[in-house]
Amino acid sequence: MLFVPFVANFPLLLLGTMLTRKDLLGIQDLSHEEILEILDTAGSFQEVSTRPIKKVPTLRGKTVINLFFEASTRTRTSFEIAGKRLSADVVNVSSATSSVSKGETLIDTARTLDAMAADCVVVRHSASGAPHTLAKLTKASIVNGGDGAHEHPTQALLDAFTIRERKGRLNDLKVAIIGDVSHSRVARSNTHLLTKFGSHVWLCSTPTLMPAAIEKIVCENGEFLHITNSMDEAVRDADVIMMLRVQFERMSESFFPSVREYFRYYGLSRERAEGAKADVIIMHPGPINRGVEIATDVADGPYSVILAQVSAGVAVRMAILYLLLGG
Amino acid sequence: MDLLVKNGRVVDPAQKIDTVTDVVIRGGKVRSIGAANISDIPVFDAAGLIVAPGFFDMHVHLREPGTEEAETIESGGCAAVAGGFTAVAAMPNTKPPNDNPSITRHIVSEARRSSPARVFPIGAITKEQKGETLAEIGEMFEAGISGISDDGMPVMDARLFRRALEYARLFDMPVIQHCEDLHLSTAGVMHEGMYSTRLGLKGIPAAAEEIMVSRDLILAEMTRGKYHAAHLSTRRAVEMVRQAKACGLRVSAEGTPHHFTLTDAAVADYDTNAKMNPPLRSAGDVAALVEGIQDGTIDAIASDHAPHHINLKMLEFDRAPFGITGLETAVGLALTKLQVPVARLIELFSTNPQKIMKVPSWGLFQGSDADLTILDLNRAWAFDVNRSRSRSRNSPFHGWRLKGKAVATIVGGKVVYEDRP
Repeated sequence: MLFVPFVANFPLLLLGTMLTRKDLLGIQDLSHEEILEILDTAGSFQEVSTRPIKKVPTLRGKTVINLFFEASTRTRTSFEIAGKRLSADVVNVSSATSSVSKGETLIDTARTLDAMAADCVVVRHSASGAPHTLAKLTKASIVNGGDGAHEHPTQALLDAFTIRERKGRLNDLKVAIIGDVSHSRVARSNTHLLTKFGSHVWLCSTPTLMPAAIEKIVCENGEFLHITNSMDEAVRDADVIMMLRVQFERMSESFFPSVREYFRYYGLSRERAEGAKADVIIMHPGPINRGVEIATDVADGPYSVILAQVSAGVAVRMAILYLLLGG
Repeated sequence: MDLLVKNGRVVDPAQKIDTVTDVVIRGGKVRSIGAANISDIPVFDAAGLIVAPGFFDMHVHLREPGTEEAETIESGGCAAVAGGFTAVAAMPNTKPPNDNPSITRHIVSEARRSSPARVFPIGAITKEQKGETLAEIGEMFEAGISGISDDGMPVMDARLFRRALEYARLFDMPVIQHCEDLHLSTAGVMHEGMYSTRLGLKGIPAAAEEIMVSRDLILAEMTRGKYHAAHLSTRRAVEMVRQAKACGLRVSAEGTPHHFTLTDAAVADYDTNAKMNPPLRSAGDVAALVEGIQDGTIDAIASDHAPHHINLKMLEFDRAPFGITGLETAVGLALTKLQVPVARLIELFSTNPQKIMKVPSWGLFQGSDADLTILDLNRAWAFDVNRSRSRSRNSPFHGWRLKGKAVATIVGGKVVYEDRP
């Protein structure tokens, strides 16, 4: 048991159950209770970030390694800040600076970090399933920081936190997720989470960016998942519009003819956003491409919660690290 | 070698034999079939067992020359006889590939020296398997190849594939195609469907196989070539071959044990031992393949034995190579999973592959090489990959409990493998 000073200043000792799982790999296999536990814990952590001294000693002596095989600014920084605000030692390893570029395999890299007695490794990788492969081999907890086109669970959790904060609930909402569904781990994780809680998810994209059998992707509550190619249909009376980033590197594969044409059919302009509910919130996992998938006046407008998502990210990741390592 | 195989149920669909009797082998050849009262030669007691013509896996990768850390002609040959195969046909995608007679001769002589199973090399269709110009098919034929294929690398150029079908007629050899439209399957790592979408892995649509099969069947009709479709995996591909046969085309097809046993659900935990090409397909495809095997559309069962060193399979799913080992599990899986009479099973594993490939026939004909597979239909066993004769360990069937096994393998009258309690 860790000795924790400043008890009076620290509400978290009252929090009950830790996550019993070793790793956080995806939303698909998380239960309602686990998700709510993470969101509630994140709620209590939010306050820490508003203090003049933004630090609590909860994870003092714990080591968190950010192992990023794919470029990332916000997720890596968010995990780093989350770990540091909990007093964990945070080490960043990116593929450009590690021996990964010398040909070491993913598995050897992970075993090496494990041998250094890391408590938690946050993994981002362009190959779907890479964190799952690691989790089977390490003693350290593995947190999926985004794997290929599979899952990005912490993003979905921070999105859920933001939605619940603004809408007061996670059920009975209409959430439109628009853009490159095919290559999006954010779309998959959010779809799993929101349908689990009984919200209607509308996935919307060009047929070229809609993967096979997408309508069968969720294991439960399949009736809450809707597929459309019409952005107007997706946006109509939506409570939440979630835009996905267009990945320019995919242009060569002819998923759509041009950026201009893409924005015409799937870009979020102010006019198009007007089809949604009056109190719609507009989300984006970032980084945004202004004028490609979202118009600047919408991204910076009153309905946008894009920056609130970023703030929530720190609290949610603090909660995840705490619940996995704090016991 | 002399041997008396006694009291076995001798089954040979080619001669419509199915009777409990003896087989006399003298000098490595079958002398007679029928009750024999001789005492001057060693006896193999086959009571309660099936005596069949030697099984032939017409699609394996032996990795020699070039990738001996994964398999050699010797280790692959040992795995073959341990799986009940007296012969294998070795695909040409070695390093360098078998695209010229000197490599063919090397494989033939190395097999004679070290392999307990007979090895029939398959030559490349095109130089370096690049799909650009024909390899020296006749020269390789003279050196000992039994068919041609660019397996792993489908011949995308229809004009070139037409020439291959035409030219191979000179030698009455099959042209074996790995059916995949590479443009459609680019970067795919598993079957395209619900699981690929859920797992975020790039899919290989069934259409990639079906488009190639349909193109090839049209070319086979046009050229009257001898066409063989390797490892069919989709419902529509099976259906197209069925129709082509009904129209009288000289086409044949094979199915693999993993394609009639597993579905794409096996990938769920990113198990790289469930990564192969063609990929594991849907339950509907599996059912169609089984039906094709039962009704004769599929002529042969071949394992597509594709050993890979564990270092390569321990990678991210996207980066791991395609393929699994299969020589030691093929017969057990077929006996366990397929509801077909034993005579039909022998056609699939011996009679038909011998007909498809350009090989001298063996088995239970008087005077033929005494290459025999002895089956125990009731033997319950579990596959332990750690005891495999292969140099590689990439099998998804580790720990599987199977019923029915090849318990002895006889090549040229010599018992080269035996597993009896």
